[in-house]
Amino acid sequence: MTKGNSIEARDRRAGLYLLLPAVVLLLLVFAYPIGRSLWLGFFAQNLGTELEPVFVGLSNYGRILGDSHFWQTFWITVRFTVVTVALELALGMSVALLLDRAFQGRGLVRTIALLPWALPTALIALGWTWIFNDQYGIANDILRRLGLLHVGINWLGEPFTATVALVVADVWKTTPFISILLLAGLQSIPQDLYEAHALEGANRWQSFWQITLPLLLPQIIVATLFRFAQAFGIFDLMQVMTGGGPGGATEVVALYIYSNAMRYLDFGYSSALIVVTFALLVLAIALCSLFISRSRNQSGLN
Amino acid sequence: MAKLELINLNKTFNPKVIPVKDISLTVNDGEFLSLLGPSGCGKSTILRMIAGLETPTRGKVLIGDRDVTHLPPGDRNAAMVFQSYALYPHMNVHDNLAAGLKLKKIPAGEISDRIQSVSRILGLDPLLQRKPGQLSGGQRQRVAVGRALVRDSDVFLLDEPLSNLDALLREHVRAELKQIFDAQQAPVVYVTHDQTEALTLSTKVAVLNNGLLQQLDTPDRIYTHPANQFVAGFVGSPQMNLLQVPCQGTMAIVGDYKVRLANLPSTPPEVVLGIRPEHVRLAKPSDAHVLKGKVFLVENLGMFKLVSIHVKNGEKEPIVLRSLLPPDQDWHQQELELALPLESIHWFDIKTGDSLARP
Amino acid sequence: MSTTAPTHQPTTTKPSRPWLQTLLFWGAIGAIVVFSLAPILWQVLTSFKVNEDIAAIPNIYLPRRITFDHYIELFTRRPFLRYILNSFIVAFISTLACLAIGTPAAYALARLRPPGGKLIQLGILLITLFPSILLLQGLLEIIQATHLANNYLALIVPYTAMNLPLTILVMRSFFVQLPRDLEDAAKIDGYSTWQMLVHILTPLTLPALVTTGILTFIAAWNEFIFALTFITEETMKTIPVASAQIGGASVFEIPYGPIAAATVVGTIPLVILVLLFQQQIVQGLTAGAVKG
Repeated sequence: MTKGNSIEARDRRAGLYLLLPAVVLLLLVFAYPIGRSLWLGFFAQNLGTELEPVFVGLSNYGRILGDSHFWQTFWITVRFTVVTVALELALGMSVALLLDRAFQGRGLVRTIALLPWALPTALIALGWTWIFNDQYGIANDILRRLGLLHVGINWLGEPFTATVALVVADVWKTTPFISILLLAGLQSIPQDLYEAHALEGANRWQSFWQITLPLLLPQIIVATLFRFAQAFGIFDLMQVMTGGGPGGATEVVALYIYSNAMRYLDFGYSSALIVVTFALLVLAIALCSLFISRSRNQSGLN
Repeated sequence: MAKLELINLNKTFNPKVIPVKDISLTVNDGEFLSLLGPSGCGKSTILRMIAGLETPTRGKVLIGDRDVTHLPPGDRNAAMVFQSYALYPHMNVHDNLAAGLKLKKIPAGEISDRIQSVSRILGLDPLLQRKPGQLSGGQRQRVAVGRALVRDSDVFLLDEPLSNLDALLREHVRAELKQIFDAQQAPVVYVTHDQTEALTLSTKVAVLNNGLLQQLDTPDRIYTHPANQFVAGFVGSPQMNLLQVPCQGTMAIVGDYKVRLANLPSTPPEVVLGIRPEHVRLAKPSDAHVLKGKVFLVENLGMFKLVSIHVKNGEKEPIVLRSLLPPDQDWHQQELELALPLESIHWFDIKTGDSLARP
Repeated sequence: MSTTAPTHQPTTTKPSRPWLQTLLFWGAIGAIVVFSLAPILWQVLTSFKVNEDIAAIPNIYLPRRITFDHYIELFTRRPFLRYILNSFIVAFISTLACLAIGTPAAYALARLRPPGGKLIQLGILLITLFPSILLLQGLLEIIQATHLANNYLALIVPYTAMNLPLTILVMRSFFVQLPRDLEDAAKIDGYSTWQMLVHILTPLTLPALVTTGILTFIAAWNEFIFALTFITEETMKTIPVASAQIGGASVFEIPYGPIAAATVVGTIPLVILVLLFQQQIVQGLTAGAVKG
């Protein structure tokens, strides 16, 4: 196909050369580690084997199946993801709807609303840690002043409240991203659809459910897909705020893999964990893509 | 300057390009060829194959006896004026003109000489430092032409250069283009859907339809001797009357009336009778075959009135005949007697559209 | 979607009870502003408070006395200037590399139909969904094998790769929009593909370059897990990692004053970026994500 002297063939060859550096780099950074983990997952390489790889077949994977710790981190991750994504969608939608109106200073508000997403998670996590500090944190202080609390909550020291704190921090950071996406979607809906609907006697609430949401569905699904994939790897927030505690209550999959690899030096096992997580991720993506294409057909956009 | 030859050029169908079949023609030095046809006829495809922006599926392109069919555009020494002008937006006019010359490593002195002379011809001097975004449509068009002229090209290619200009400007620029290209020798290929442009600017016209060459001839003969029904109907404004009529013996039956058929080897059951409105005149007493009809539409063209007449056709739908009549009378709703001079009638085969006999 | 209807203008409907609606509306806007700024503002305030005020119960919100001690401590007791430099070098170079590698690739995918192009595009889309943790071990191995630990390259190379997908997708959609005539004219003028890309096309895509450049810079600056793992030497650390590791050397177990100061210093460059380029950032985000 790239042989021959025709102009099109030459163009295709040139395209190949221009593409090559990017492809090589991407393969190196993305494909190689996954492939390597795939390979290493069949070996045991840990302190027990004096850090030499020893072939153990599928025993790592067997261990994963029975590793309740892993599945616990898995469910913690899933629960966390579901809660935060749901909250982010709801909040993001509201913010998008508000920003969709023309008002003075809209640009400024949009910029301000964008900030949380742009700032380093790790650094802001430090800030949240301070806010949720059980003695000096203003979370407690504000709740006390509002009369909702008498005794300060030990936010990061109790499993449930630690999770709440993390949810707040994550929702704070990610809502801007969702709201920007949804705002773009909102602005691409033609105004006359709303006008026609209003003429038929619909109020704004009905318009929202019958016009806005269905037409926005593709964006919503794309945003959700992105978030789900990201959530598999959520690390920064937990690492800085709770370290996975208290007692593993906020230990997500990424933290578990990290500690297996970096602290326990159990490289074979962590490789298997990586492969399993990767497989679960691919499964989730595939399911979501199916859902996307089906919803696209239904909403009659494509 | 060099002779341009297209030998059996073919481009088969693909989703991005209109196909073209078996195009062969030659454009010599000093000649100006128009590729004329409706949109989708393949004229742009042919131009792009000459330029090197498309590769033909079969066939050859020769420039000055050099086979350039597979050479990249930059190596063909052809210059092109695009419909959208395609000026480099981030360079000023001077640099736009110089770009191609710099790439050919032409010395700076000669570059500025050439730019100067082209700029003088086209009146670009006050615009040289401006960027395309600061120019009007007409000015940008001139820069596009200038960019083509400034190179010492073997062949000039123009792709509907006037279609983005408003009507008044178009006429003016058309005249300018004629003068500019008359003054130089390299062959010119000009793509247009406007037959006025084709007829006024060219030494030869190639009429195309559906990827096939319909007729290659001088503008005069294209007008007076169209090779088929398509050419007859496409060229000439107002459009030629094309009437599908049955034949009997030596006569063609036009509505309730008869018109003498031309001399044909055999009488076809039906035939297409073509006559230009300017040739449909009021009947004189000496006319043998006269058609009677009533005017139902009058369009004032200034110099003439284009009159549409219903010719009675028994119980069936009347036949519509259009005629150019003097503007000083009011022709509304009048009953007229018209004559179709035999020497002005074109006869076309009803199936193939080919010309059967011409005046 | 239909392009004949006018695109959606922001709604300006007249509410039934104007004053209540307006009140609610501005209340909501206010809530958004407060919600978005609160943690940042709190860190700013904390960074200027003296330790007594920081640890005061009940909380003191506005500092009674302004002190720059925490900031001074940042730069004298720790090599914070060094951290800023590290973050900046890594983010800047990976941004340049990403644009330099990604732009030609994007053009190839937009115009040149290279073999396997569709497959590569699909792969690039999928890659945007990979979490960093999955790559950590493999990359660590490579870095150890090439002795690049504690080297800027250990971060620059992965960051470039991680931002390549978004860069390629955004730049590609930009190239697709450029009128083909321009490239045709350039070809006829004699430009080679590479010359055309550099001299004609890339200058036209400057807005897109700025957009993706900024997004890449932000992502690189904020990155944590690789920076944490691959760089262990103190003087080579980036800001997020160094800040998270500010250990107690003061009266309190955790020096919240200096940490707050570190947060402020570490986020100011980005705040400025966002303020200056918010238009471009929004465009880049929507272009990249809508592609999915």
